[in-house]
Amino acid sequence: MDFLGHLDIAGFVVATLIAATPLVLAGMGGVMSERSGVVNIALEGIMLTSAFAGYAAAVATHNLWLGVLVAIIAGMLIAALHALLSIQFLVDQIVSGTVINILAVGITGSFYRTYIQNSSLGGTGVLPALHLTFLPNAPFIGVITLAALALIPIVHFVLFNTVFGLRTRACGEHPLAAETAGINVYLVRYSNVILSGALAGLGGAYFTLQQIGNFLPNMTGGRGFIALAAMIFGRWTPVGAFGASLLFAGADAFSGRLQISGVNFPYQILGMLPYVLTIIVVAGAVGRAVAPAADGKPYKKS
Amino acid sequence: MSRALRQRLFAAVFIPVISVASGFVVAGLAVVVTGSDPIAAFTALFQGAFTNPRAFPETLVAMIPYIFLGLAVALGFRAGLFNIGAEGQFYLGAIFGVLAGNSLHGVPGIVQIPLALAFGMLGGFIWAAVPGLLKARFGAHEVITTIMLNYIAFQLTDFLINKGPMSDKHSTAPRTPFIDPGAQLPIIISGTRLHLGLILALLAVPIVWFLVQRTTIGFRIRMVGFSQGAARAAGISVAWTLVITMGISGALAGLAGADEILGVSHYMPSSFSVGYGFDSIAVALLARSNPWAILPSAFLFGAMRNGAAFMQFQTQVSSDLISIVQAIVIMFVAAPVMVRWIFRLREVPVGGIQITQRETAGVTRET
Repeated sequence: MDFLGHLDIAGFVVATLIAATPLVLAGMGGVMSERSGVVNIALEGIMLTSAFAGYAAAVATHNLWLGVLVAIIAGMLIAALHALLSIQFLVDQIVSGTVINILAVGITGSFYRTYIQNSSLGGTGVLPALHLTFLPNAPFIGVITLAALALIPIVHFVLFNTVFGLRTRACGEHPLAAETAGINVYLVRYSNVILSGALAGLGGAYFTLQQIGNFLPNMTGGRGFIALAAMIFGRWTPVGAFGASLLFAGADAFSGRLQISGVNFPYQILGMLPYVLTIIVVAGAVGRAVAPAADGKPYKKS
Repeated sequence: MSRALRQRLFAAVFIPVISVASGFVVAGLAVVVTGSDPIAAFTALFQGAFTNPRAFPETLVAMIPYIFLGLAVALGFRAGLFNIGAEGQFYLGAIFGVLAGNSLHGVPGIVQIPLALAFGMLGGFIWAAVPGLLKARFGAHEVITTIMLNYIAFQLTDFLINKGPMSDKHSTAPRTPFIDPGAQLPIIISGTRLHLGLILALLAVPIVWFLVQRTTIGFRIRMVGFSQGAARAAGISVAWTLVITMGISGALAGLAGADEILGVSHYMPSSFSVGYGFDSIAVALLARSNPWAILPSAFLFGAMRNGAAFMQFQTQVSSDLISIVQAIVIMFVAAPVMVRWIFRLREVPVGGIQITQRETAGVTRET
């Protein structure tokens, strides 16, 4: 097994962790939003918009940290649009998410062509990274990956150990009961959708400011939907979403290595893995994944 | 004018027109912000779609898959199903179309073409009936399963045509071999790429209308879309209706894929669809799931897709601009409350305005 001989376990784990970054961030964003009762298939569009906005801000200000901040704010703004449409104007949440995803392609594509593609500006460079010199090949771990790791226990704590988290889950399970108990369902849902935009926005910044230091059209390439899959596979919990992200990113990294090593194996089967697993869990074949009871249902004050 | 008629007019005409107009206004603003001239951009878009040499037939060519796919998504909506998987079903239809199109050498076209199209429908049917079955049997949400099946379809296609069992061994590019010349759909206007598929698509509209409005299956579909509980009480098998609706929807999407292979590309390249299936959600929403209204809606989307390339070439405005138009169109069509709020209209339209007829409650298992 020549292939296994070349496998650098530590390097593989680090590569997986890095590739899982946008998945776990957007996945946790999905958890926040859906736990409050708002389906968020707009994660893809939010990440793409934030990737672009963060990059544009970093180019304009020559400050990568400002770029990250702008990416987060852009994520919150576009998520606020999702909230406005689906909570205020009672638009079907899937339709609203679709609107955001299409809009993101249109906006980033148009601005990319004008301001980036034909400009002489170089890349921004990438955010600082932790150099793991004690590992073979001394890999780097970027700050957004570290932030994502730090956010997992925080989001978990907020969701399961705070009043805000309790209210969030109440609105996602039974909004009418929550309202009766004096909880402002609209406020809770707005806050959660906008927070989910902040998390996915940070995930978007990963693509431009940590990974390559540049913007390319449609660079998120469906990662928002894999994050959605990770959220479901992780049963709408932050820790579960993290585990699923690691599994999906690991399969992806492994398939990449298979291709490079020239082993004759249909690597597309590994590419299908996240999607097949997600279908299996929503169908309940292996331990049913059950969404919050009021997930996807608009709530109308009477 | 009676109140009911006014409401219907508002829903069927005013909202779509306002939506499209607003889409262009917002896109125009985006053009201004990026420092270009919106009038020049939209003029080029119009020229590229209609007045340039051969532009109009190309718009019709682009309209064909939108008709089939728009009907596919619209049919799902009528039963309260959100088929986001049209893109994947489109791919499966194309794969099955190629399979039939280059494996039956020597068979006359009059046999091979219908066979290849039927095969494409079968591919789409299977790819959509699976989420239908998963929903009916396990209550798995079709939005999630169809999104996942889209990506599985892309991976499957890559596997098949990228050095896989269906790849062209004589080509360095990842693609299938050409289909038999006999399996190609005839061109209906010489000197253009406009093929027989247009006639088929135009025929599909009244057929789907008839299916929905005049048949028992159509009645069940609408009943389930209206209320699953009521349908069940009336003795309709909700589970069976969901499976068959998804299946027919997928068959229409698969037909679009096979038609595109037989009529336009004649082989399957790696970048096959470029978003036809995703756009078709907007096509169906703009048409408010009415089969007849799919025609103007598909025409508009075909024109935008066709004109966008010329606009980008001529004015340097990105062809992605039409995505902004599309997003705003869906937003306005889906949010009549917002339209009334923005345009300060009184009289809230109740009934007849709901486009998706989605019943958000899951399916309870039948005994």
